[in-house]
Amino acid sequence: MPYTTILFYALALIIVVSAVMVVFNKNVVHSAFSLFFTLFAISGIYVLLKADFIALTQIMVYVGGILILLIFGVMMTTKVTNVELKTKNLNTIPSLVFSIGIVTVIIFIIFSTKWNIRMGLDSEETVTQIGIMLLSKYLLPFEIASIVLLVALIGSAMFARRIKD
Amino acid sequence: MEIGLTHYLVLGAVLFGLGLFAMISRRNAILVLMGIELILNAANINLVAFSRYNGLGVDGQVVSIFVIILAVAEAAIALGIVLNLYNNFATVDIDEANTMKD
Repeated sequence: MPYTTILFYALALIIVVSAVMVVFNKNVVHSAFSLFFTLFAISGIYVLLKADFIALTQIMVYVGGILILLIFGVMMTTKVTNVELKTKNLNTIPSLVFSIGIVTVIIFIIFSTKWNIRMGLDSEETVTQIGIMLLSKYLLPFEIASIVLLVALIGSAMFARRIKD
Repeated sequence: MEIGLTHYLVLGAVLFGLGLFAMISRRNAILVLMGIELILNAANINLVAFSRYNGLGVDGQVVSIFVIILAVAEAAIALGIVLNLYNNFATVDIDEANTMKD
């Protein structure tokens, strides 16, 4: 068995188990820390797919940014020392059935489709190619993304501001 | 057995299902946000896997960068909304917030 197979199954196990803990845990803080393991293992999956730049971006943006933001949100909106931290689920059985149904359909589609697999060149570094792509073929989406980030910055600062009476 | 495209797609599908379940069933607004993050990550795994297995270059990786950018913007805005919700209703339970004006 090649070592990438072992690595893939280990990472997939970490991802699925910690994602299940994110979803089913009663404690919000525990969910946030389980999400940490999920995002890190997904970064490992990107490394297996030879997408080194995406893997580093995943660690920097998701683990270093979004997760910290989510933990801030948890800390600011719940009383940590209280029992309030526990949350209840709503309509567990119907939503479980719905989710499992959709996943079953997706997996059936994945296995019944004939994928046209062609392996590309492996040895080239992806950072150079991504930089060239961002400034040539995807220039307009790149600029629009910067505007979106600016609008999100201003908008979230406005939302989070306390309005004085 | 060699790891192929379908392995990654199945992993993405399972992650999508878990995120969908979190979005539908959890009542805490921040857990709904975590469900959205799981779904976006599942989409990203699919994009990068397709980019690896179609031999056409790094288009899929560039699109997944845009997905990450939008996820950051969405998380910032949504947390601003959640903090506002907490200031107004003193809870982040999305079932309690059912009035448009207090």
